[in-house]
Amino acid sequence: MVTPSLVLGFGLLVLMQRLWALRGMRKPSPEAASLSGAFSLDHTARWGQVVWLNGLVLAAFTVLAYLSLSWPSLLGSWLSLGILLVGWGLCWRYLTTRCHARAIGEGMVITLLRLSSLVAIFTTAAIILSLTFEAMAFFRLVSPWDFLFGTHWSPQMALRSDQTGSSGSFGAIPLFAGTLMMTVIALSLALPLGLFSAIFLSQYATRRQRFWLKPILEILSGIPSVVYGFFAVAVIAPALRDFGAYWGLTIMTESALVAGSVMGIMIIPYVASLSEDAMRAVPMSLREGSYAMGGTRFQTAKNVVFPAAFSGIASAYILGISRAVGETMILAVAAGMQPTLSFNPMEPAATITSFIVQVAMGDLPHGSIGYQTIFAAGAALMLLTLVFNMLGFYLRKKYREAY
Amino acid sequence: MDSAKTAALRGIIAKARRYDMFVSALGLLFLSFGIFVLAALFIDMAITGFGRINADFFTNFPSRRPAEAGILSSWVGSLLVMFVTASVAVPLGIAGAIYLEEYARKNTFTAIIEINITNLAGVPSIIYGLLALGLFVYTFKLGQSILTAGLTLGLLILPIVITATREALRAIPQHIREAAYACGASQWQVVSDHLLKYSTPGILTGVIIGMSRAIGETAPIITIGALTFIAFLPPAPGQLNIETGQPAGLFDWLFSPFTVMPIQIFNWTSRPDPRFHENAAAASFVLVFMTLSMNALAIWLRYRLRKNIKW
Repeated sequence: MVTPSLVLGFGLLVLMQRLWALRGMRKPSPEAASLSGAFSLDHTARWGQVVWLNGLVLAAFTVLAYLSLSWPSLLGSWLSLGILLVGWGLCWRYLTTRCHARAIGEGMVITLLRLSSLVAIFTTAAIILSLTFEAMAFFRLVSPWDFLFGTHWSPQMALRSDQTGSSGSFGAIPLFAGTLMMTVIALSLALPLGLFSAIFLSQYATRRQRFWLKPILEILSGIPSVVYGFFAVAVIAPALRDFGAYWGLTIMTESALVAGSVMGIMIIPYVASLSEDAMRAVPMSLREGSYAMGGTRFQTAKNVVFPAAFSGIASAYILGISRAVGETMILAVAAGMQPTLSFNPMEPAATITSFIVQVAMGDLPHGSIGYQTIFAAGAALMLLTLVFNMLGFYLRKKYREAY
Repeated sequence: MDSAKTAALRGIIAKARRYDMFVSALGLLFLSFGIFVLAALFIDMAITGFGRINADFFTNFPSRRPAEAGILSSWVGSLLVMFVTASVAVPLGIAGAIYLEEYARKNTFTAIIEINITNLAGVPSIIYGLLALGLFVYTFKLGQSILTAGLTLGLLILPIVITATREALRAIPQHIREAAYACGASQWQVVSDHLLKYSTPGILTGVIIGMSRAIGETAPIITIGALTFIAFLPPAPGQLNIETGQPAGLFDWLFSPFTVMPIQIFNWTSRPDPRFHENAAAASFVLVFMTLSMNALAIWLRYRLRKNIKW
C-alpha cells in the first residue's frame, strides 16, 4: 500500500516534469501573445506553482506514509495525489490565452471562504441533531411528561434491566430546581455587586482608576471555572461552614450555597464589565444635561444613564444567567451532586450540568439509557439557555435607545 | 425667596450629596470586594501550592502518592490539544469572518449565519462536549483522543475568533480598500495583501482570548470521556512501541488517550486527601498563570493597537 504509492508518486512527478518542460517549449502564436501575452504568462506561472506545490506536498506525504502506517498519512498521500492530478489536468485544460485565471482563482477563494463560514451552521445543525437524536431515543423509553414534571431523579437505579424506563426515576424536576436555586444564589450576589461596581466604574472612577480597574476585571473574567471550583472546595466551603457553625447553622461542605456563591463571585467581573460597557455607550451629552440641571452623579446614574443603558445592562445580566445555568465545573466539585428535591441551600444539590459530568465520568456504554439520559438533560439545558439568549436579544432590541 | 424654602432646598441638596457619596463608597466597596475576594483566593492558592512547584512537579506523571505526583502528562496534553484547536479554529474562523465581512451580500442567508454565530457563542460549553461525544467519538469513531478534544475546543472558540476578526476588519476604513482596488487589485489581493495585514493585531487578540478560554475548559473534555489518570505521553513520531516493536506514525499522537491541566486539577480537587489539594493548588497556579498571561497579552495588544493606529 505504501511502496506503490511512493513509486507511483515519484513516477508521476518525473512524468509531470517532462510534460511541463515540453509544454513550456511550445511557443504561443504571435496574435495570442500580442493579445494578452503577459497575462497568460502570469497565469501559466500560477498554475505551475500550484502543480509544483502539490508535487512537493505529495512527496512529503508519501515519505510520511512510508514512515507510518496510520490512515491519516495514507489518506493524505492519496488526497494529495488527487489534487495533483486535478491541478495538472486543469493546467493542461486552461493553458490558453483566453483563460481568466484571476476570475477562476477568485471563485475558488470565495468558495473556500463560504464553506468556512458555513461551519458555524454545520456546528449548530450537528448540536441540534445529536441532541434530538439521542433525546428522542430516550423519550421513546421515558415519557416526556415524566421527565419534565417527575420529582424523583435516580437514573442509576433505573440502569438495572428490570427497571429500565420505570416511571418516576427520570423526573428531572430536582435537576431543574437545583439549577434554578444555584442561579438565584449566584445572581443575588452578582446583581448588586456587579451593578454598583459598574456604576462606580462608569460614573465615579477617575480616568486613572478606570485604566487599571477595567483590565483587571477583564482578566478576572477569563479565569478557568475549574480553578473557581478549587477555591470553592479549598477556601469558601470551610469558611462558610465555620461561619454557619458560629450562627448555629449546619452548612454542609458540599452545598448549593457554596457552589452558588462561588458562581456569583465568578460572574461579578463579567457582568460588571459588560454593564459598564453599556453605561459607557450612553452619550456624554445626556450626562452633561443632567449635570447642568444640578443632578449629582448618583442621580445622573439612576435617572439618566441607567434607563438609557437598560437594554445593555439587562442583556449583560441575561448573559450572566445563561453562563451560570451552563456552568459546570464549580457545581461538579462543590455542589455535591445529590438530586434531592430540596430548596434548602445548605444541603447538597444537583444540576443539569453536574449530572452530565457525573455520568460522563463513569464508563457508560454507547446506546444505553444512561447514555441517552445525558443527551436529554443536555437538550433541556440547551433549550433553557436558548430561551435566555433570545430574551436577551429581545430586550436589547425592544429597549434599545437610539442616539 | 424666604429662608424656610432656602433651608428646605439646601436640605434636599445635602441629601442628594449624601446619597452621592454613599453610592460612591458603596460602589468602590463592592468593586474592591469582588477584586479582593479574588485576590485573596489567589494568594491562598499561591501559598498552598507554592511548596509543590518545582522541576519535579513538571516532569512527574500523576501518582497515587501526592508528594510524587506531577503534571507532565497534563501539560503535554494541554499543549497538544491547544495545537489542534488552533489549527482548526484559526483558519476556519478567519476565513469565515472574511467571507461574512468582505464578501457576503446582506441577505437572509447571511443574517442566518450571523444570528447562528451569536447563538453559538452563548451555548454552554458542556453542550459542545455532548456534540463531540455523539459526533466525533461515536459517529466518526475518533475515540476519546487528542484529535476529538482539539476539534471540540476548536468549534467552541470559533465564534470568538470570528467575532474578533470581523471587528478587526470592520475597523479598517473603506478608503484603504478603495485605494487597493484603484491600483487594480482583485478582491482576494485586497484581502490578503492589505486587510489581513492591518487587522493582524486585532485577530491575534481574539485568537489569544479564545485560546485562553479553551485551555481552561474542562466540561466538554470530561464529557467526551477523557481519562483522569494518564501516566504516559502520547507517542512521538518514530517512537518505538515497546509492546509491538513498531515505530509510531507521524500522526499517531492525535489518536492517543490524553489528559489536560483542568482535568488534572478537577481530579485532585475532588479527592478528600488535603495533600492532593496542595497539588491542585499548584496546578491551578500554573493554569491561572498561563491564562492570565495570555489575557494580559491580548489586552496589552489591544491597548497598543488603539494607541498606535491612526488611519
